[in-house]
This record gives sequence, structure tokens and C-alpha cells, in this order.
Amino acid sequence: MNIVVLLKAVPVVGTERLGGDQLTDRATQLEANGNDEYTLEKALKLTEAHGGDVTILTMGPASATDALRKGLAMGAARAVHVVDDALRGSDMRATLEVLVAALGRLEYDLIFAGADTSDGQGGVLGAAVAARLGLPYLSYAQEIEPLPDGVRIHRISTAGYDVLEAPMPALVMGTQLLGEPRYPSLRGIMQARSKPIETWSLADISVDAASVGMDAATSRVLDSQKPPERGGATVIREPAEVAVAQIVDFLSQRRLV
Amino acid sequence: MAAFWAIGEIADGAPTRLTLELATLARQLAEAAGGEARTVLIGTGAAAAAGEAARYGPNVLAVEATGDAAPVAQVVAPRLASLVERDSPEYLLIGASADGKDICGLLLGLTDMPMLANGAGVEWADGPQVEMSTFGGKLVTKSAFTGSRGMILVRPGSVTAEEAAQPGGVETAAVDGVTELAAVRVVDRIEEAGAAAPIEEARIIVGGGRGVGNAEGFALVQELADALGGAVGATRAVVDAGWIGYGQQIGQTGKIVKPSLYVACGISGAIQHKVGVQTAGTIVAINKDPDAPIAEFADLMVVGDLFEILPRLTEAIRVKKSGGG
Repeated sequence: MNIVVLLKAVPVVGTERLGGDQLTDRATQLEANGNDEYTLEKALKLTEAHGGDVTILTMGPASATDALRKGLAMGAARAVHVVDDALRGSDMRATLEVLVAALGRLEYDLIFAGADTSDGQGGVLGAAVAARLGLPYLSYAQEIEPLPDGVRIHRISTAGYDVLEAPMPALVMGTQLLGEPRYPSLRGIMQARSKPIETWSLADISVDAASVGMDAATSRVLDSQKPPERGGATVIREPAEVAVAQIVDFLSQRRLV
Repeated sequence: MAAFWAIGEIADGAPTRLTLELATLARQLAEAAGGEARTVLIGTGAAAAAGEAARYGPNVLAVEATGDAAPVAQVVAPRLASLVERDSPEYLLIGASADGKDICGLLLGLTDMPMLANGAGVEWADGPQVEMSTFGGKLVTKSAFTGSRGMILVRPGSVTAEEAAQPGGVETAAVDGVTELAAVRVVDRIEEAGAAAPIEEARIIVGGGRGVGNAEGFALVQELADALGGAVGATRAVVDAGWIGYGQQIGQTGKIVKPSLYVACGISGAIQHKVGVQTAGTIVAINKDPDAPIAEFADLMVVGDLFEILPRLTEAIRVKKSGGG
């Protein structure tokens, strides 16, 4: 069972900033998006138990290499990095085209995608890739298990979970409930050094450079500003009885109770 | 004339609160743009739910589609794609719920519509301008489409649902020529005991963090939420500890919520949690550490022992609600 894990390298949480052109500054240190690492961990566990290999696929700037190297150290067999200067500023449509084109050059039984990215995208690309490739789409997985001829997941619901099944190949979008990502072992780090990170340009995957990047983007950021300051909190330090009366007064004044 | 479609969701036979918010937003945008608004409900019970939706939006299109054995988005997305192809609406407003994001993502693959995610507010100025809170709330950005069409994912609580002056009409229709998606079957629906009220739609959320200590401590959080008529939320540490389900997790890898009131109990206010709740109307924090980061974005900071405060506060709220205060 071969699994391709879609992984996005995002700015380290807390260090994100916009560049002068209103695009996310990706010259800062990048790390694997948190939700993507949960699906990578699950992919590794599944291939360790049932055979097959994990390939990481990312589209991003040269600085995404660290995140890929870590994924290889965790146990992925192969990393594919679509990197091209023309991609800078690409919107979700362009990203979709690139991922679809790259996936067309890979073999897989399952594609994994993470829910939401920490740098502000919508958690929609997995679904879009599935629709475009005509694959079954199974989302919000808290458990993934292979069947003799397909895949079964537990999809988080408001009441508990739904059990979903589909034939393979399929695309599964996963959540943190799939389990904590492992730390790369020293052995894994050593082995990763000899694993290739393949870099693919737009020409390699036959995507027209004019259809991606900032000029082709279907949306643009008009302006950005700091949000109004919160805080300046009223502080209560009183014995519990007094504090509670003050809390109730505060809530009453704001018509919240 | 621009057409704005609010894409609704049905739960327990009624439109969700988010649906009513989207219907209100579509109506407001259509008024500002001199366009027309429509609310689209697709699924089992669409016709029955349409009446309530029509109180908020001027024009409801209800499409009955039975798909109990399929995930919601798998039923809605291809039908919506057919309707979009037939009527070419300029703008779709889709709720940023789990099903809404799935629907939007599938549509992104099925149609050529551009999209903007994470909308926290939409205004009309020669086109929709979408406000988003990004980078853990460090920035508020405003974005627009370069063309004159697109889909916008709108977060819960971005607009207040308001009934229209006059209720709108309801049209029921079938969608022909649907190209179904690759099939996923729902083979079972498991209800887990003690499933908590969903936080996306809650006006009041009481959140618990590591400071509640253990599952018994978290029960105090639940009791206060019950007294306030709200839902419980939690930080990731609490979810990881198994005191409450992942569906209640607020923050970076959980949900982003915008309740009128958020009561944070034993929550330090780390960035990963802050991003999920910082746009709440009022934030009350109860924490023994006066220097916890949450003091920087709370409106009321109560320094003290939550094991002493929470039971008394719960009781005081109950007394007040029963008319005794």
C-alpha cells in the first residue's frame, strides 16, 4: 500500500508575517504544518504494518527542504518538492493544478491531506484534489484502516463518529486524533541523508507558468492591519465570594446573563 | 446584476444558525450591490427546513436529495455544481463548518470558481471585500477577487442572523443531470455517550485548560456551561488528556469560534489557543496566575482558585437565571 502525503511547509507558528507585497513571507524558517504531520505519522504506521512506501509531496519555496528532510527522517521513503520561482503568490486554484499534475506522475493507493493549515488557508485542497482526480474523499479522519479492497475511516461527527468506507485509490483528510507524530530517531536522521529529495519544476510536470503565481491569482490582499488591541482587562483579586459577585455584575452589565 | 447564494446546511430538520447568518449576509450584500440573494438548501428535509430559512433570505431554493448513506458534502457538492453551471451565480457564501469546507473544496475541484477562505466579515465595495484574521490574529487582512465571481468561506458568527422585513418565497426543485462523485459510503453512525453540544453555534462557551487539573475538574467547567446555557470548549492539552472530545477543541488545530461570551477556566492563553477564540465578544478569564498570557486579551481577569470560584459562580448564575438575583 503506497501513500502520498500532501505536506505544506508553513512559517513557524508565531513568526508569520506579510512581506511588502502582501504575500506571506516564506523567507523565514518553515516547518511542516501541524495537521500534515499527523497524517504523515499515520501513513508511516500503516505502511509499517501493511507494507508499501510513503512519499511526501510538497509545493513550496526552497526553504521547504527542512520540513521534507524531517519527514524523510521520520521514515518516509521519498520526497517530491515542486519548486519554481513562478509559483510565488499562487492562489488555491493554481496550487490545485500543480498538485494534480504532480500526483499524475506518482503511484499511490491513498493520498493523505491534513485538515487546515496554520498560515491561514482553508483546509479545502484535499477535497478539491479528490474531486479533480475522481477519487473518493473521506474527511476529518480520527482513525484510518485498510480493508481488503478499500479503506475505512472514522469521521468525527458532532455526536461521535461516522464509519466511512470507499474503494482505493482514495483521498483521506486527517486530524490530530490520528496520533502524535514521532520524533526522528538518530538512525532515521542518518538514513534520511541518503534519501533523495526530488525537485520538480513546472516544466517537469507540464504546468504552464502563466497559469500560476501572483499574476494569475484570482484574489489579492487589498490591505492588512493590526487588529484592535484587546485586553486592558479589568482585574479581580478578591476572595471567591466577592469575586463571583463581581463577575455576575460584569456579565449583567454586558447583558450576557 | 450580481447574484449571491447562501449555501445552507440542515441539522435535525432545520437550517443551522450558520445558514441563517449566511442568508442574512447574502441579503445584505445583494441590497448593497443592487443584486439578488438566494438561499440554497440541498439534502434530506430541505423543503421542510426552507420555511425558516426564508424568514432570513428573500428567496430559498430547496432541493430534496436523499443521501443518508453518503457524507453530506458528497450529496451537496455535485448538485450545487450543476446549479452553478445552470444559473451562473456570481458569488457563493459557504459556511466554514466541517461540511461547508468539504463542500467548498469539492466545488473548487468541480468548477472554475475562485475562492477565499476564512472570511470573518464581508462587505460590498465594487465587489465583495473579505476580512480575515490571519497569523494567529496578528493581522487582519482584507481581500478581494480579481474577477467578478467567487466562493467565500464564512466563519460562524461573522454576521448576526436577522430576519428580513418580509419572509421570502420558497421554490422546490430537482436537479437534473448530476454527475455523482466517487462514492463513499457511511456504513455506521456511532453516538458516543456524553457527546457535548457543538461549539460552532454556541453563543456562550466555557473553556477549560490544563489548570482544571483532571476530569473531575473539567466537570466544573461543564456545570458552569450548563448553567449559562452554553457549550464547553477546551484546549488541546485537555483533549489530549481525554477529558473531552476533539470536537470541543478550540484553537489552531481545533475550531475557530466567535461566541458572545467566552469564559476561560485554567487556560493560560497560548497562541495556539488564542487564535481560536480571540474574536469572542467578551472574554472572562479565571486563572491563578495573574501573568498568564490570557490576561493580555481578556476583558475580565479573575485571579484565583477556580475550584473555589467555579462552583460558586455556577450557583450564582443558576440563582440569577431563576429570578432570584
